[in-house]
Amino acid sequence: MDLSFDPRYERFRAELRAFLDTHGHEAPRGAVDLRASATLAWQKRLLAAGYAGRTIPREYGGYGAAPDILEARIIAEEFASAQVFAGLAGQGIKMLIPTLLRFGTEEQRQRFIRPTLEGEMIWCQGYSEPNAGSDLASLRTRAVLDGDHWVVNGQKIWTSTAHLADWMFCLVRTEPEAPKHKGISFLLFPMTTPGIEIRPLTTMTGDASFNEVFFTDVRVPRDSMIGGRGDGWKVANTLLGFERGMLGDPNVTLMRFNALVELMKHETVDGRRLIDSPVYRERLMKIQGRMLALRANDLRLLSAGLNDKPAPLAGLVVKLVGTELRHELEALAIDALGELGVLYRGSPLLRDAGMWQQHYMYFLGLIIGGGTAQIQKNIIAERGLGMPREPQLA
Amino acid sequence: MDFGLSEEQVLLTDSVSRLLTECAPLERTRRFAERLEPRADDVWRALVDQGVPGLVIDETQGGSGLGLLDAALVAEVLGRHVAPVPFVASCVLAPHALAHAGSPAQQNEWLPRLASGERVVGVAQSEHCGAREDAGVTAHGGRLEGRALFVLDFEADAYLVASRDGALHLVSADAAGLERTPLVTIDRSRRVGELRFTAVPADTLPGSADGHVLAELIARGRVMHAADTLGAAQHMLDQAVAYAGTREQFGRKIASFQAVKHLCADMASQLEPCRALLWYAAYAQDALPDEAALYACHAKAHLAEVGSFVARTATEVHGGMGFTDLLGLHYWFKRIGLNRQLLGSPERAREDAARLQGL
Repeated sequence: MDLSFDPRYERFRAELRAFLDTHGHEAPRGAVDLRASATLAWQKRLLAAGYAGRTIPREYGGYGAAPDILEARIIAEEFASAQVFAGLAGQGIKMLIPTLLRFGTEEQRQRFIRPTLEGEMIWCQGYSEPNAGSDLASLRTRAVLDGDHWVVNGQKIWTSTAHLADWMFCLVRTEPEAPKHKGISFLLFPMTTPGIEIRPLTTMTGDASFNEVFFTDVRVPRDSMIGGRGDGWKVANTLLGFERGMLGDPNVTLMRFNALVELMKHETVDGRRLIDSPVYRERLMKIQGRMLALRANDLRLLSAGLNDKPAPLAGLVVKLVGTELRHELEALAIDALGELGVLYRGSPLLRDAGMWQQHYMYFLGLIIGGGTAQIQKNIIAERGLGMPREPQLA
Repeated sequence: MDFGLSEEQVLLTDSVSRLLTECAPLERTRRFAERLEPRADDVWRALVDQGVPGLVIDETQGGSGLGLLDAALVAEVLGRHVAPVPFVASCVLAPHALAHAGSPAQQNEWLPRLASGERVVGVAQSEHCGAREDAGVTAHGGRLEGRALFVLDFEADAYLVASRDGALHLVSADAAGLERTPLVTIDRSRRVGELRFTAVPADTLPGSADGHVLAELIARGRVMHAADTLGAAQHMLDQAVAYAGTREQFGRKIASFQAVKHLCADMASQLEPCRALLWYAAYAQDALPDEAALYACHAKAHLAEVGSFVARTATEVHGGMGFTDLLGLHYWFKRIGLNRQLLGSPERAREDAARLQGL
């Protein structure tokens, strides 16, 4: 254990604070528009300064710094404390880029990583299907080889940002004769490819952040695949591991926690600050304790990757525990606000643009999405604790 | 930069764990508990041979000069084995107080004897984390008056006593005017007790007057109890998984039922992040002074909550057997139960956490 903050880190923190003081006002606020030029400019500024894509190699558009858990921690703390948008963190950046670095060809890395990091190439994830949700490996969208192209037919659902995305990474069945886990491949293709139809799904938040995506004879070049034919499940699972770390990220939770403390210091009931209510303060402290545990767990995971001290169970639990914590954090703000907490978009008395309600509902979605809480528990019990699978029905 | 245990730390926990498997199986703790033995000298001597009492004591005083994280790792192992030995007060808190507030004479008299395990010192400070009844000790002209409850490592040769003003005093166990009454708690694997003082002569630690060392003792004690709970809860989870893997009902191992698996996954997903929280909190006591007290509060409170959840759930996974004395799972359940209340219940620790942040 060595987290000694030598002067180098104090300098790093001071530089970052100066950066946030000077440039923080340029960052997008509230709900981020992924296409806005201000968003892209901010992302480029973060990349150039090394506060985004910090450990991605320079040749792929990153900053090329050696991984350093204290620097990562300082970046998270300072952006959270300044309440400044810490950069794009979509499925392309958080999930596809690490997957490309692990399984991609050199040509694929050169082609995709830089524009993805810079926000010019937005990705969506073609995983779930109407009849392949928790049982993802039973997916039926098929791709058949025709000359130099795969011809894709089928349907995906719950596809976040498909309506905004430039490209999709998609699981398709290429080997229909193989056992279900061995017959899947991982394809990449532009959303402008003929034969793709997108229908938005409006969620309980009121936003159309999900979609159904239909494929009719979509032609994808044969080599537009990560891993080989039938390797898709392995690639998909690696990527889902990155997703488990992204959903419920404790560094984002820290930013929301700081906002909650501010809210409770400024809002009043019966003329008394919410933070002065022992009941709400107790709930706040409970949430802080759970958050600190997940932040320490995150440090352990960062270190585990760098120092070859694997902590598989610590990684498996992040999505389950982290999304639940976020849901409860947002719920506390709503409870503490009382009647004000149930106001929603359109109300003149609305607080923080309705973000508390929006996140509260959205995180219920994330408890379900990315592998439901119950599927996460199966994974934790089976892979983490070595418990047996449910017997298959004959 | 590294957030994890060193090879030496892994070796330390492995060796203490192996030792306790040999010399302190459940039957040993059970005998200690049922007969209300004052001390389990055989187990204590085995730990002394491994240098456990001197872990955090400076090498010049016969110890190993290790840090609070090392001590926390040992506390975790002791919890995992429900070991019937003194530790938190005598091997961690008293050495810290002596080293940071004791006079050279006090240090020279006590530290080598604590390191060698020849002497045991209990600690009386629980009134500073919530005084019950009329408890509280006042110091006047080198003498103590009053009453201290829930004194840790109670079967001791001397006590380190915190008076109301936050100063610390050494009192010999056979001092005139000192009345000692063991308190029987649910957890019979460790001894706590009550001290009553009537003009008891005391040797005040000269550096303790401003109360800051007492505050450090409370923080460190909280981390230690959290560590003990982590070990005990990990044992209960391991036992639950193992039991579910052998017990058959409806023609299958119950571990293959999702209802049982999800209970185990719930326990693991709550408990595993606690490990990192505990490491951070323990490390902070020595290396990150700005965060030390806050993390001690949260480690104590959060482990108390998760520990209680695991204790209850692991018992349930065992079905009726979990409830029996025969299986003995209750020793871990009760260990976690005592840790939860010592040096501040979770509510108290969270209140302290809020206060520390000016909330």
